Amino acid sequence: MKHTAQIISTYSCDTSGVGSALYELGGMTVMHDAGGYAGIYSTHDEPRWYEMDSMIFISGLTETQAILGDDSKFINDTIETAQRLHPKFIALGGSPIPMVVGTDFPALAREVEHATGIMTFGFDTNGMNSYISGDNLAFAELAKRVCQAEVPKSTTFSVNLLGVTPLDFSLNGTVQAMEQALTDRGVKIQSNWAMGGTLEDIEQAGAAHVNLVVSAGGLLAAKVLQKRFGIPYVIGIPYGKAFTDKLVSALHQAAETGTSTSLCQPHPDNKTIIIGESVNRLTLVNAFYDATGAGATVLCPVDAAPELLSKGCLPACDEDELKPFLNDATTIIADPMYQPICPETARFISLPHEAFSGRVNHGKMRNLVTEFEDFQAEIQG
Amino acid sequence: MLMNAHTNMKTADPKTCLPISQVSFPMPFDIGLEYSTPARGHWTIVHTGLALPEAHLIYVCPQGCLRGVVLSAAELGVSDRFSTIEVAEENVLQGDLEDQIIDGVNHIIDELPNTPPAIELFTSCIHQFLGLDLHMVFGTLRADHPEIQFTDCYMNPIMRKGKWNPNQKMRRQLYTLLKKTTERDDHAVNFVGDDFAIDHSSELYQLLAQNHYTVREVATCQTYADYQEMAKSVVAITRQSPAMAAGKLMKVRYGQEHLHLPYTYNYDEIEQNLQTLADALHLDYQPDLALRAQTDAALAHAYALIGDTPIYIDSSFSPRILGLARVLLAHGFNVTDLYVDGFDEYDQDDLKALQASTPELRVHPSVDPGMRMIDRSTDDKVLAIGQKAAYFTNSPYFVNIVQGAGFDGFDGLQKIAALMEDAYQTPKDVESVIQVKALGWGCNCL
Repeated sequence: MKHTAQIISTYSCDTSGVGSALYELGGMTVMHDAGGYAGIYSTHDEPRWYEMDSMIFISGLTETQAILGDDSKFINDTIETAQRLHPKFIALGGSPIPMVVGTDFPALAREVEHATGIMTFGFDTNGMNSYISGDNLAFAELAKRVCQAEVPKSTTFSVNLLGVTPLDFSLNGTVQAMEQALTDRGVKIQSNWAMGGTLEDIEQAGAAHVNLVVSAGGLLAAKVLQKRFGIPYVIGIPYGKAFTDKLVSALHQAAETGTSTSLCQPHPDNKTIIIGESVNRLTLVNAFYDATGAGATVLCPVDAAPELLSKGCLPACDEDELKPFLNDATTIIADPMYQPICPETARFISLPHEAFSGRVNHGKMRNLVTEFEDFQAEIQG
Repeated sequence: MLMNAHTNMKTADPKTCLPISQVSFPMPFDIGLEYSTPARGHWTIVHTGLALPEAHLIYVCPQGCLRGVVLSAAELGVSDRFSTIEVAEENVLQGDLEDQIIDGVNHIIDELPNTPPAIELFTSCIHQFLGLDLHMVFGTLRADHPEIQFTDCYMNPIMRKGKWNPNQKMRRQLYTLLKKTTERDDHAVNFVGDDFAIDHSSELYQLLAQNHYTVREVATCQTYADYQEMAKSVVAITRQSPAMAAGKLMKVRYGQEHLHLPYTYNYDEIEQNLQTLADALHLDYQPDLALRAQTDAALAHAYALIGDTPIYIDSSFSPRILGLARVLLAHGFNVTDLYVDGFDEYDQDDLKALQASTPELRVHPSVDPGMRMIDRSTDDKVLAIGQKAAYFTNSPYFVNIVQGAGFDGFDGLQKIAALMEDAYQTPKDVESVIQVKALGWGCNCL
């Protein structure tokens, strides 16, 4: 792959994914980076930055430290700051240069944890993978480290929402609507990983009957919780009334059988192309397919859940990989920053994605939980 | 957990607040982990690079590094002048970085609707660490595309704290695309290394204009051809320290006299700059005492309105905020707090003077993690000068300019006084105003 983009944007990276996943949980995330990642994250990847304080910092790595493999300043500064700010946990993550010099983040995390007595995670992020990779690392680590103890099952049917960040769901009410749609159908939200919830909620995640994976970034955590507590998972998002009913049925069935399932089945049709995150866009395809019988092909430019890849959900990152599909399509549903590489002959339907165009289209993000039917009508023309 | 960094120095965390009498040059605070405020009005290397008309920018970086620059271009509405080549793990492991760049640039040129006259090609930290052969890359590209000028630019923040940092490099590299010429325009002067155009009502500009000099600078160039005219000028003026390398380039490569006329608010230094310029161009210049009086009057007028209202100033406002604090204090204003993470060599005299005259003046870092957790409010109305000061005080009464905004001299001080009055009377929405990137970019409308 050439990895070139003549004009389109690029997705949030793994380092930002970690920050976004852990943002609201009271921890301190330190990106081991020279300088750029703090500004990039706070400006383009984190719409909560102004309104909601969170302890996300960079180390300010220098050339000399990198060349000498000197981690001492990074470690000491992290310890000193943790002792001042008292976070509930600490997360260390990397960027390209720490990867090149072979920084061992899990080892550094153990050193920091030993010195501070604060639970510390070390993530091998390097700025070269998508935010989904970072989400997965962060949520899986929470599952491993925070959800240790067996807890009694909730007396009411309950789920954990896994993979919830504004990079996929923005700040436009989608998350609240998602919870409301489930609650209205008698499903209690045990914990939300991790918007609007707390670390204490997550500690009690074992009380849930099922995990609902709403983005590929929540899948690794679901697998950890399945292994540890035997909680099955369902993949899908409550988009639209009919599909949400179907989803809730699947949740109950999973709880009864103990078997995980995905509602993100492929329904390939290369005349309609949808670009974006695999769970999100396949949910749209399925909700649309259930309602109309029409399919669509998803092009996924970010890390996908491997089990979701098929002829109906193809990995495609570069403009060169995307263009052949776009040139054959009659309808394209994607973030507006893809439009310059779409043929004029195709109908373009805007579906902004925070992880792609960031704050450029922040005010135009769509709430597909409450507005799916409108969106469906728009697709049908 | 909110901390009070503003009102009580005795209880404040010394990592977030020190009296100026206790701060050291050049670093008032030890820098550990760093916080990034939401104030985004300052320019970065991508904004500086995009100021060159018609040039196409190509960034070659890992995904995480590309994200900021590609969206910066998008926010300015110039995505059509911006392309990327993403360095992936496979490129690092295979060691094909040179081929990736050459093939990627060729591919992008093929895809562009028009051939640009110039390409600014940015490599990054990872290329520096993996020993990219820049000579081979640029040699090949120049041979393959003789119709395009290429220059090497650098997004390598790993050098950010060094003495030869990306900010200085960008300001220099912007002029490497000028074509050497034997033509000389004896009545043309360049301002180099500034993001903002010199204000046309400033004394510096007026001295040149009144003596029939053409003033050239990237910020006012409308076309690439306009930019190339800068090669013919006889003098290159710099005003801020990070621009010094650009000035030296103009001297060494293009034979222009380099004058460094440091940005200042000090009346004597303002006149000294004008005298230096006049001497270099053999112009008649006599200090105008009326300008001093007019500036005093403007500041007095502002003080009559603002009175003892506490004033907070941050270093994003201009390159010399210690000097600004000093002149405001001398005119009676109640400057109480400064936000600054490091001092410039030209700050030394102002620092010493403030330590002697106003030892209780509070100094704060902007990047210390503790600043994330401070109480961003003040009990009474305050006037903030600069976006970070506005953010940290959550004051809607703030002067919204960055990097000096092209102001200069007595005229600049008078304009600042007027802006202070306006800011004091007209509240702004801090959240929406300060988060806009690159304040003033594209406003080459002087």
